[in-house]
Amino acid sequence: MILTIAAREWRSLFLSPLAWTLLAVAQGLLAWIFLLLVQDFQVLQGRLAGLDNAPGVTDLVAAPLFRAAAWCLLLITPLLTMRLFSEERRARTLDLLLSAPVGTASMVFGKYLSVVLVLWLVVGLTALMPLSLTVGATLDFGKLLAGMLGLGLLAAGFAAAGLYLSTLTAQPMVAAAATFGLLLGFRIVDLQETTGQLFGYLSPLRHYDGLLLGLVSSADLAYYLLFSAMFLGLAIRRLDDLRLRD
Amino acid sequence: MKNNVLMQVERLTRRYGETRAVDDLNFTLHRGEALGLLGPNGAGKSTTLRILAGVLAPDAGRIVINGIDLLDQPRRAKQAIGYLPEPPPLYPELTVDEQLHYSARLHGLSRAASRQAIVRVKERCGLTEMGRRLTGNLSRGYQQRIGLAQAILHDPPVIILDEPTAGLDPIQLREIRNLICALSREHGVILSTHLLAEVQITCSHVLILRAGRQVYSGALAELDPRQQPGRLLVGMNTPPPVTVLARLPRVTQVDDLGEGRFRLHHAPGALPQRIVVELAYDCGWDLWELTPESVSLEQIFFDLTVSQGDSA
Repeated sequence: MILTIAAREWRSLFLSPLAWTLLAVAQGLLAWIFLLLVQDFQVLQGRLAGLDNAPGVTDLVAAPLFRAAAWCLLLITPLLTMRLFSEERRARTLDLLLSAPVGTASMVFGKYLSVVLVLWLVVGLTALMPLSLTVGATLDFGKLLAGMLGLGLLAAGFAAAGLYLSTLTAQPMVAAAATFGLLLGFRIVDLQETTGQLFGYLSPLRHYDGLLLGLVSSADLAYYLLFSAMFLGLAIRRLDDLRLRD
Repeated sequence: MKNNVLMQVERLTRRYGETRAVDDLNFTLHRGEALGLLGPNGAGKSTTLRILAGVLAPDAGRIVINGIDLLDQPRRAKQAIGYLPEPPPLYPELTVDEQLHYSARLHGLSRAASRQAIVRVKERCGLTEMGRRLTGNLSRGYQQRIGLAQAILHDPPVIILDEPTAGLDPIQLREIRNLICALSREHGVILSTHLLAEVQITCSHVLILRAGRQVYSGALAELDPRQQPGRLLVGMNTPPPVTVLARLPRVTQVDDLGEGRFRLHHAPGALPQRIVVELAYDCGWDLWELTPESVSLEQIFFDLTVSQGDSA
């Protein structure tokens, strides 16, 4: 049932130009950044050669690229998740799901799966760029995989937050704006050193940094799982509540 | 066949804030019946159907579908329901086949069973040629048919249709009504409409709603105008006192309309004109008018939905 819903969602997404446009924009911007990073690395390469324990190509190209990709996700996730439930409520197609013998959790997981897969496609396409460097350089695959894992988890967290916000309103644009605000808020909290450790700790981006350095800590992994689970749980509750209030 | 209860609804109530959209609804649907939910706009028809389809939760009451409680075991009960909301829930970017396939899979049909079911319902709903068209590009009449096809894909015992003939042209109207009549022979059908004619054509039973309350519920045959209290207009040149007319058998009430004209209200069944004519002749009332005032189903509907109490 989850797969049926995810397949329909995925299909609708790629039948509209939106998904293609977002993928193209993300890929174009990241490719540009990638080229700049490679150029910088070539300039620095000579000076690095003399240093002990110098950062390698993975640290100087892949990690900053993934950091930029996080910004990119922050921009495209709201546009992908805004439709999930808002659009169905606006077009009154949600009744088809609600009257079908499908549990609320299956609906949420099905839609979540479709968006996460699209975002992981972005992660995969991003990772292809540093991978192309294997032609002429030696990469630290451990660090690269940790970075991919981090970006993938970050995407999953963003998608869960966006999905929940799209259950709150029947206006897709409102859902997109709210999601963008929330994700940007997390970013700002993370940037601000003085807000105290608690708020910084709550930001999904704080936990991303360790993974970019190649540090896969179970605390960070657990954080992302809890972050996603919380928003999915809220979405399920909200949908059940809609039956009573709507 | 008569005892085959498909849906039982008891004391169904649903509030929106202070207003009671549905208030204490009770009815039973058997196999082979078509129940028409009739009422003016805003009477609570759609809300009732949405509750019955499991889309909304009621505030109070019990709904048993095919022996399964909808609120206790929603997933099992929903398996037995086919629901056509208004407007039909279609994804405009999907083709008719894709839309039907999605709906079939949502209702738990296997891939092979879905394919068979889709061919079957497309033929039944006149969509055979439309399989590869996008639902968003089709006319309202076709969209309505896709919605109907969606509702009967998994061959549910109970079919719930919200305004199934909205937006159809006269030819489509007739086709859809024929289809509903055919469906109601093997299934139980509940449909909502604000058109009385629709109920007369397609339904065996009717439930009339006014401001969320049921004001009439029963077989359509019982709403037959001949079974309702009637009125007889009488005009005479030398009328007797009103009290004499009021004492006539079967007459329940007499209105004096002036100039020798009276309106006699009488009990359901045969008109009392024979007695009136005989007495008029015997007593020399000089009868010049005797007109039965026909009571149409429209009039009954109007009386039930509007003229009782408030102006809802």
